[in-house]
Amino acid sequence: MTFLGMPGAPRGVGQLRQREPFPEAAAGALGDRQLRRNLGHATSTIRAKRAAAVAEVADWEDLRAAGAAIKDEVLAHLDRYLVQLEDQVAARGGTVHWACDANQANQIVTDLVRATGQAEVVKVKSMATQEIGLNESLSAAGITATETDLAELIVQLGHDTPSHILVPAIHRNRSQIRDIFLREMPDAPPGLTDEPAELAAAARAHLRRKFLAAQVAISGANFAIAETGTLAVVESEGNGRMCLTLPRTLITVMGIEKILPAWRDLEVFLQLLPRSSTAERMNPYTSMWTGAAEGQDFHLVLLDNGRTATLADPAGRAALRCIRCSACLNVCPVYERAGGHAYGSVYPGPIGAVLSPQLTGVADNPDLPFASTLCGACYDVCPVAIDIPAMLVHLRSRVVDDKRARHHGPTPEAATMKGLAWTMSDARRWAWALRASRAGRLLGRRRGRIRNLPGPLAAWTVSRDLPRPPAQTFRDWWRTRPLASQRDAATSGLRSEERATREDGAVKGEWGGGWGPGGERGK
Amino acid sequence: MSREEILRRIRAATADITSPPDIPRRYQPAGSPAGRTDDGLADRFAERAGDYRATVRRCRAADAAQVIADAVTARAARRIGVPQGFPAEWSALLPDPVPDEPPLDVAALDSLDGVVTTCAVAIAETGTIVLDTGPGQGSRAFTLVPDYHVAVVRTGQIVAAVPDAVAALDPARPLTWISGPSATSDIELIRVEGVHGPRTLDIVIVAD
Repeated sequence: MTFLGMPGAPRGVGQLRQREPFPEAAAGALGDRQLRRNLGHATSTIRAKRAAAVAEVADWEDLRAAGAAIKDEVLAHLDRYLVQLEDQVAARGGTVHWACDANQANQIVTDLVRATGQAEVVKVKSMATQEIGLNESLSAAGITATETDLAELIVQLGHDTPSHILVPAIHRNRSQIRDIFLREMPDAPPGLTDEPAELAAAARAHLRRKFLAAQVAISGANFAIAETGTLAVVESEGNGRMCLTLPRTLITVMGIEKILPAWRDLEVFLQLLPRSSTAERMNPYTSMWTGAAEGQDFHLVLLDNGRTATLADPAGRAALRCIRCSACLNVCPVYERAGGHAYGSVYPGPIGAVLSPQLTGVADNPDLPFASTLCGACYDVCPVAIDIPAMLVHLRSRVVDDKRARHHGPTPEAATMKGLAWTMSDARRWAWALRASRAGRLLGRRRGRIRNLPGPLAAWTVSRDLPRPPAQTFRDWWRTRPLASQRDAATSGLRSEERATREDGAVKGEWGGGWGPGGERGK
Repeated sequence: MSREEILRRIRAATADITSPPDIPRRYQPAGSPAGRTDDGLADRFAERAGDYRATVRRCRAADAAQVIADAVTARAARRIGVPQGFPAEWSALLPDPVPDEPPLDVAALDSLDGVVTTCAVAIAETGTIVLDTGPGQGSRAFTLVPDYHVAVVRTGQIVAAVPDAVAALDPARPLTWISGPSATSDIELIRVEGVHGPRTLDIVIVAD
């Protein structure tokens, strides 16, 4: 399926793409014990807290249903709401800019900063600006952007990339953070310990001068109210308030799906987001402003960058409901073990696995829809009820369709499946193939498991080990048994099956026909 | 150019959507009866604000000036910024009040020990206070730059839940929702109070 006239996020800019196949990227993380300890501790802590924060709300499921429907309403009439938002922001003295993709957005922001004559900007944590690689673009234009969220600062000073939506430095522990501060922060106190309170105090001292002197700030937005033109940023540390309030010029970059239709809708989302995200009744600070507040020069950049391409897929568009709470990351067994970096994109975890491939087109993130066990925990915790497992299955089919469309001749997978069908459709061929599999005993003698298959079969063991084949196949073993015990086993099997059929009306399946294709049974 | 292109893409992408969804609002709306008596609301607000390690004091109107001054003294603070429109009878006993008139610049705010303000509305369920830069509240920077904030809440300003607060607020004003002192959990998910905003938040609830 391709969507004509709906370009995705462009290549060569920003951070939305896998740099290596997911299994390879994950293998590195899986081998890093420190990382797994950090991740396991963090995700289990926040899982328990979120469950408690949600359990406290009697009407949670009603809020969730309303949240999903409000977002669907936004998506259904996104053109109308964007124009309404633009009118409202402009009426209150703000300027609205439209960016089809990352390159346009970066150019707009760079030009706006240049027009102020400033070479330094402070930034509030923003997924959208990471998605488009804004800091790198500004840097190329000679503009220094300082991240002010504590975790983003840790990531920036560590010359690293974020690995979680809410806690981007989740992969670092306190002593690693202390080492980064001592190495990269010229004004870090020399006797700095790894106490979290001391580390936070060091960051406060480091950033305070920058805040008080900053002339230009760049932010994202959690919500934009079409009805009133109001923007909202939800945060904890106060760095958001600093950036949104003190500088003369404020530039906000926002994905076009961040809209809510009416002021009243905040009553739903200001309950859903904090409890899902930081597991609090309310986050410490939320700032809301409409147009040019308190005499500021305010610019709003509306970003597409693959969102309209996502919107065009009826089975995928609900991913745009996402409010970036990150609850799905913390419950995901794959994320908990592989960590955020393995996903390649700024959007990791289950939501990233459905969002990134849609923003870029599935050809550029073909592994991500497969980076899941489809256990469904992500759907259960999603505050806007995105059915991520169903969407993953849908995107898997898009990946296969896309590969088929681009390959002339069968893909290796298709050829393998065809060969298997030929083998399995004939009893003698199947028996021979099973016996031949014993050749595999040459492998995996030491561990009892095969870690690398040879030749083209290697693809199978890239992401999984294979058990070593047994010395005797089941059929051969069966044939060695005395005839009478074969018959007894077969009839008692049938009897219990008939019972099952009577009791629960189960349909008699292929199981009754024999153990292998072709219906071959003990002779 | 880009504007028209994006709008064109959206219209093409959503052409298949014929029936917009109904929005089911079965959740508890503004004005729900839970804990509507003023006393119940104040109790709950005090408890929830305390959960976020704001220090909460309660008093009768007649004692407000003394309780506010006591709070400031307990922090060993002296120079306290007082915004325009802050009730004079509440600031009367402050050791060294600094009027925000004309508005103090950032450097002057940075040199204060703290500030005292009123608020626009307070939410019992979440322990939140909301400032809208109205009389007695100062600018957004006024309650941000100093390291210590005393917020005075009248019991009549406390609403039950988030929907009540949304209904009571004016989106045209700059709004700051505050739930406890600034905090971070960015290091091993351990909560640390006090990063960039005021590290200390005292709340004084004055009975109407």
